[in-house]
Order: sequence, then C-alpha cells, then structure tokens
Amino acid sequence: MIQLSHIEKIYDSPSGPVRALKDISLHIEKGDIYGIIGLSGAGKSTLVRCINLLERPTKGTVVVDGQEITAMSDSQLRAARKNIGMIFQHFNLLSSATVYENVAFPLELAKTNKDVIQKKVTELLELVGLADKADQYPSQLSGGQKQRVGIARALASDPKVLLCDEATSALDPQTTKSILELIKDINAKLKLTVVVITHEMQVIKEICDKVAVIQNGLIAENGPVLDVFINPQQPITKEFISVLMSNELPAGFDRSTISKDPIPNSVMLTRLTFIGAETDEPVISRLIKNFDLNVGIVFGQIDHIKNVPFGRLMVAMEGRQMEIDHAIEYLKGKNLKVEVIGYVARHDSASD
Amino acid sequence: MSPDMIPLLTKALGETVYMVAVSMVIATAIGVPLGVLLHTTAKNQILECLALNRILGAVVNAVRSIPFIILMVAIIPLTRLIVGSSIGTTAAMVPLVLASIPFIGRQVETSLMEVPAGIVEAAESMGATPYQIISRVLLPEAMPNIVAQLTTVVIALVGESAMAGAIGGGGLGDLAIRYGYQRFRPEIMIATVIILIIMVQIVQFAGNSLAKRLNKK
Repeated sequence: MIQLSHIEKIYDSPSGPVRALKDISLHIEKGDIYGIIGLSGAGKSTLVRCINLLERPTKGTVVVDGQEITAMSDSQLRAARKNIGMIFQHFNLLSSATVYENVAFPLELAKTNKDVIQKKVTELLELVGLADKADQYPSQLSGGQKQRVGIARALASDPKVLLCDEATSALDPQTTKSILELIKDINAKLKLTVVVITHEMQVIKEICDKVAVIQNGLIAENGPVLDVFINPQQPITKEFISVLMSNELPAGFDRSTISKDPIPNSVMLTRLTFIGAETDEPVISRLIKNFDLNVGIVFGQIDHIKNVPFGRLMVAMEGRQMEIDHAIEYLKGKNLKVEVIGYVARHDSASD
Repeated sequence: MSPDMIPLLTKALGETVYMVAVSMVIATAIGVPLGVLLHTTAKNQILECLALNRILGAVVNAVRSIPFIILMVAIIPLTRLIVGSSIGTTAAMVPLVLASIPFIGRQVETSLMEVPAGIVEAAESMGATPYQIISRVLLPEAMPNIVAQLTTVVIALVGESAMAGAIGGGGLGDLAIRYGYQRFRPEIMIATVIILIIMVQIVQFAGNSLAKRLNKK
C-alpha cells in the first residue's frame, strides 16, 4: 500500500545542512497497522510527512496505492491527499468551526453536495461517538473528544491510508487507550492501512502489527511487533522495550557487583522470556524438582501482544555449580529465551 | 453653549464619520489582501515567494515610516490626480487610505501569524488549495484578532482625520483648530475633544464585543 524507497531529507539550518532522514526504505502492506517508533528528533515525524508530502523528500520515491506521489503535480497531489487521512498530536481542529463543520471541512473543500455531507458527517460522528457534540466548538471538548473529531475529519474523504502523528501523545493513559481502541476498530471495519508514529512502546504494543524503530534518521530495526519484542537486536529497541518490560534488575541488586564468573556465596540470575503457549508450561516447578537447587523468582511479568502471551521471569538459582549448569542446559532445551545475567553476592531479599 | 455650536459640531462630526468610514472600507479592502500576501509569501508559508515578500515589506515599512502630517502634504499631487482637488473632505481621504493600507497590512499579517501552523498543515493534508487555506482557514481562524486589530486602525484613523482637517479636510479636527484655537473659543475645543473621546470609546467597545463574539477559543 505504501512503498518508501531510499527516502532522504536534508534541511538547511543556520549551522549547515541537517540530514533528518538518511536512506529510508519501508514497505507497508494493505490493512496493516504499522508503527514507527523513535525518540524525539529521530526523524519519525518527518518520515510520516514524507508519505503525504507535507515534507518533500530530498531524494527517494513515495508510492501510495500504486501512485507515485513524488512524481505528481500540485493538483494531482491534492487529489491524492484525499486518499490519505492524517491525525495530529495537537488535533489541529479549526477553533472557529463547530464539530460538525470541522468534520464537514474536507468534504466542503472537495465541493461535495450538502446532503451527502450531512449524511456522511452524521455517520462519522456516530462512529467516533460524538453525535451529541455536533454543534459544540473544539474549545468545549476534552482532549480525547478533540482527537475523535480529528479522526472523524480524517475519515471524511474515505481515505485508504490513515497517518497518525503522535496522535495520543497529548492524552492521558485512559484516553489514549480509548483512542487506540477506536483506531483499531476503524482499521478492522474500514480495512484501512494505518501508520502510527509514536515515542511510546505501549502504543506499538496495543495496536500495531509491525514496527520500525527509527534512530538518527535511519531504520534501526523493523519487523512484526512480536518478533521485535521478543528478540530485539538493537540497543535502541531494547531501550524502548525495557520501558514496558522492565529489563532492568530489580532494586536490591547492584549491577556493579554482578560477576560473569561464579563467586562464592552467591546466586545466579537468569532471565527467561516465554512466548505464546509455553507461558503455561510449569518450567519453574520442574526446575526445582529436577535439580538440587534453591530457585527464587526475583521479578516476573506477563503481558499480551496482540493476544499472544509474552512473559518474563528473572530467577535466582542457588546451589552447586554443576547443578546450575545442568539447569541452564535444561532451560535452553525448552522453547524459551534464556539469558544468563551473572552471579551476584547473596543479598537478603535476593535469595530464597 | 452658543446656539451656533450645534450645527457646527454635527456637520463636523458627520464629516469625520464619513472620512473615517469610507477610508476604512477602502483601506481594509486593499490592506487585508496585502496582509495575507505579507504572511503567505514569507518563508515556509503556503505561497512562499521571498522576493515579493521583501519588496512588499520594504514598501510597507517605507510608507509607515513617514509621519502622517508629512505624507499628507507630500502626496498632494497624487491626491489631485485621484480626486481632482487637494482640499476638502474627499481629498483628505487619499492620505488617510494610503497611510492605513500598510498599517492594516501589518496588523493582518501579525494576526495570521498567530494561526497555529498545524491547522494549516492539517488543511494541506486534506488537499486544500492555497486559496482555500486562506479563505477557509487563515482568515476565519484569525478573524477575532483581525477585528481587534482593525479597531485600533479605526481609532488611529479618527486621530489622523483630525490632522487631515488641518489642511482643509473638514471634520472635528478642522473645527477644533479653526474655531477652538484660531478664534479663541475654548468651549468648541472642549466639545470636539469630548465628542472624539466618546467616538473612540464607542468604536473600541464595538470592536471588542465583535471580536469576543467571534472568538470560539
């Protein structure tokens, strides 16, 4: 649906040219919810603006729905933009127009018949749950309601693609959830391709099928969300995931005292990552039964990504070195991701 | 109060209102598009054209830097060309309009600058043409501000129209100078000042109320 090829964007700044995007290629399939995550300044907002050419890439081509956007004249581009809806972090509603008028706006720009507009706007306000707010002004609405208006407005011209630029970043967690639900619903109902720009892994986890991690104007990593979550390759990706999954050692352990080699009077910390059905297997109880070890759970978390359970456990094992080695072998034989963190001197809250 | 004062004052008031109103309408008709051009041709705006922007900016600054009383005298040949005379109420409107156009232009430009760039971007993302962005986004969004700014222009015009009176333009300023100052009739001077104060109050009040009513923020 969307094909970005070798996109490069260079800005002029007083301190010389800035390369905001350096050779980005991305393929987004029809019907996908595709997340693009990055820290502020990584270039993600520039990238999404290259899709509808609010920013013209310095180099590279953009193809949306089989049409090469980068080769279009101004008037062709305006027509093509009607196929690409966009919502924004700060909603960008017309403050001087009512909710109804805001949603009708793209249709009026296209000189649509008044009766058609009336029908379409009513339908959209119903869809986003704001039918009773039609005559209010944006200033009378909450942030979440404003974003709903933004979504209704973006959908008015029946686009095939919806671009979401940090659409939930100005909203509280509760509202974020409901807006994400709405985007998910729309994606399913209207078979819309959605591109989500965010700096929050939570958003990616909630609704995205695929994700691209962008750093310094380059794609650091991309793929299906589950794969990226379970097996992050790049430090930046691990950092994003750690916010959600708490990759850090729990308090009570001092990272500086961890030794890669066995030390006396210590426990060994191992992080286990479970994916899917294995989450149900009683690995820990078997570990205790089969090996002469004290096993303690230091930290644990189970989460769902698109209905697939995904869990993490940090276990501390104490016992003879040979038993520990066998236990690690046993765990590696299971369908788990096993990461040995190291040995750490016994701490009252860490053992047993 | 002597009985001759009333007709003098009403006639002068009528002339002032006429001068201010007609000048304002003409200056707005030219000044608003000028302001739109000043804003939209600037860097990163929808009709970016830096050469035109600089030329317009320079002309606006040049006209605005001339004190009104000098402008009035300096453009007498132009005034003659346009209205056929350099004396009279209608003739006084030429410098009034000329001085107000760049003033309105800048005021409108400032108001448009305050429209968040994101709203313009949103309209662009929906495929709006530059004309649609100006007429459907920029002007409506800036309207409360523009009304407030234009109110200031009207008040400035009231003051300038009094100066224009000094070169035979008629109106309250003319009356105050000729009767109040040159014929030593302080009561006429006081009466004109009071009328001017009331006029300005009314204009400001009307402008504020309208701006407030338009503002949905």
